[in-house]
Amino acid sequence: MLQIKDLHVSIDGKEILKGINLEVKAGEVHAIMGPNGSGKSTLAAALAGRDIFEITNGSVSFLSENLLEMSPEDRARKGLFLGFQYPVEIPGVSIVNFMKTAINEHRKFKGLDPISASDFLKLMREKKDLVGLTSSLTNRSVNEGFSGGEKKKNEIFQMAMLQPTLAILDETDSGLDIDALRIVAQGVNKLRRNDNATIVITHYQRLLEHIVPDFVHVLYKGKIVKSSGRELALELEEKGYDWIKEDNE
Amino acid sequence: MEESQDNLLNEVTGGVYKYGFITDIDTEIIPKGLNEDVVRLISAKKNEPEFMLEFRLKAYRHWQTMKMPEWAHLTIPEINYQDIIFYAAPKQKAGPLSLDEVDPELLRTFDKLGIPLEEQKLLSGVAVDAVMDSISVKTTFRETLAEQGIIFCSMSEAIREYPELIKKYLGTVVPYTDNYFASLNSAVFSDGSFCYIPKGVRCPMELSTYFRINAANTGQFERTLLVADDDSYVSYLEGCTAPMRDENQLHAAVVEILALENAEVKYSTVQNWYPGDKNGKGGIYNFVTKRGICKGDNSKISWTQVETGSAITWKYPSCILRGNNTTGEFYSVAVTNNYQQADTGTKMIHIGKNSRSTIISKGISAGHGQNSFRSLVKVLKSAGNVRNFTQCDSMLMGDKCGAHTFPYIEVENQSAVIEHEATTSKIGEDQIFYCNQRGIDTENAVGLIINGYAREVLNKLPMEFAVEAQKLLQISLEGSVG
Repeated sequence: MLQIKDLHVSIDGKEILKGINLEVKAGEVHAIMGPNGSGKSTLAAALAGRDIFEITNGSVSFLSENLLEMSPEDRARKGLFLGFQYPVEIPGVSIVNFMKTAINEHRKFKGLDPISASDFLKLMREKKDLVGLTSSLTNRSVNEGFSGGEKKKNEIFQMAMLQPTLAILDETDSGLDIDALRIVAQGVNKLRRNDNATIVITHYQRLLEHIVPDFVHVLYKGKIVKSSGRELALELEEKGYDWIKEDNE
Repeated sequence: MEESQDNLLNEVTGGVYKYGFITDIDTEIIPKGLNEDVVRLISAKKNEPEFMLEFRLKAYRHWQTMKMPEWAHLTIPEINYQDIIFYAAPKQKAGPLSLDEVDPELLRTFDKLGIPLEEQKLLSGVAVDAVMDSISVKTTFRETLAEQGIIFCSMSEAIREYPELIKKYLGTVVPYTDNYFASLNSAVFSDGSFCYIPKGVRCPMELSTYFRINAANTGQFERTLLVADDDSYVSYLEGCTAPMRDENQLHAAVVEILALENAEVKYSTVQNWYPGDKNGKGGIYNFVTKRGICKGDNSKISWTQVETGSAITWKYPSCILRGNNTTGEFYSVAVTNNYQQADTGTKMIHIGKNSRSTIISKGISAGHGQNSFRSLVKVLKSAGNVRNFTQCDSMLMGDKCGAHTFPYIEVENQSAVIEHEATTSKIGEDQIFYCNQRGIDTENAVGLIINGYAREVLNKLPMEFAVEAQKLLQISLEGSVG
């Protein structure tokens, strides 16, 4: 589904990612871990097409197409979803209106007619329940005045609405209390199918108690320095990142 | 990063003005220039009674003693009044006309503007007075409205048919001495709409005037007078467009509103005059005096304006809150793109006790646009327990535009509670990217964000026009992301 080969990414002339290789297949959950500043969020943003990041080398193919040539909106419409670490507020735009616009853009891309009002409401209701989002929240403006936990729930809600092929969740667990964490994780698990895939970016192991990854990768100084099964996360939890740092100095 | 923003900016600000066509129609034009004879000629053309001519001449003589005001935050090239045609009228019989007496070319023009004048084609629930250059072409639904005693007709007709009402009210809210452009208007105004809602009547449809400038080198000076008698209600909407021309054209209108006891008037404007081209060439100078008086107790006047057009917009729709328990409201969205300039806002003059006012202004500047908000909240000694809330927000797109605010507050009564909030923001690249990541392209993202930003104001528009206004906002900002 996703093949990243020797990906180099810079911002303002400074190289952040220094040759990433990663393959994600349908049905898999990958966790990317690493200390602060290792390039985790850069990888997520670069894959989503944020233009402040310059791709200096390498290739990324998504569903057998060249991802790097697509506009950010086309990447989204093709099924790539990014759950933001810091979701932005869009004052005056209700979640309902925002989601309807987004879904209709996806449908237009696939050559479908706009969604009917009743189908849309049904979908909203179903997905709201999935992540435990209340109607009082969905009637508000996108992320405006939301707590940290509400913002993250809203990201998972949008993911549920758009049903992506590949979801990249950037530090979705940061700022969540244990209950919110569980709800978010349950949402992700319920959306897991054998024809989609998830990349979970996280600093801590605790999210991975709830979302069980097939693979764990450690990103350090712009490179994946270690890849293994789930047990790697536990080892990191126990020993911290220092031994990785030492091994790679 | 800078470069990509600039590119985006150019893309989004490159919107095309859709109403720039010219109607080829036989037009009666008087010679250029302004003097007493021209004022007399305009009055004679309209078969006006003597009192009207006197009003005009007094105004003209007063205007000659005045100077163009220079306090606005605007750069206005000198206007040569001897180079303007003050009266241009598509040739047709004197009104009121039945539909088949109206020149089909005129009907086609308004059709093209989305304002069909055949009653069956119109949005049900909207009566229209269509004004082209200096005269009213057709007023629809007159008979339907007349059944309830509502008068809705062109100003020219009102002067002939209802001289008593005109004598009683014209110039009482905006006197002919009020300001430079109001004096000029009082001297040379040619048409506009008149509306009278009798006691206890709730006007069953939206009333609307559509202004179209067509002839070249012509100024449009329209005059609108709206009287809502005791316990009545009316919602009124004006729209306007003009052809694309390289020369600037002057539009200096006066709108007067009177709300008597318990009356409520809602006045909405969707202003889309030709704004000039990308380099600032051409466009309309929109110098307008709009004022309402809440004369009777418990009356209410609400102004809503969406200003997307004009090279220069200069106006302050205002409320004089004379009665007790009166309410004045001002909701505004003003867009300046390319080289457009706007200096707009409102005045709320509190005279009556317990009077309250709300001011919500949303400025949007893009390109090299300069957008100024100016307001005056004045509380007189007589006015106890006054409440005012003012919120003025500015949004900037790109780094070559400007937003300025000039709020004035003058309070002479200690019991007043005045609140003022102001914010300045930019459309964030991160907001646009967030939308992109959900599959929404940049142009639609800007539309979404702008409409969200202006929602409080757009919500105040009559439903039929809110959708139009939303589209208009998006089009007028096409290409201006930053």
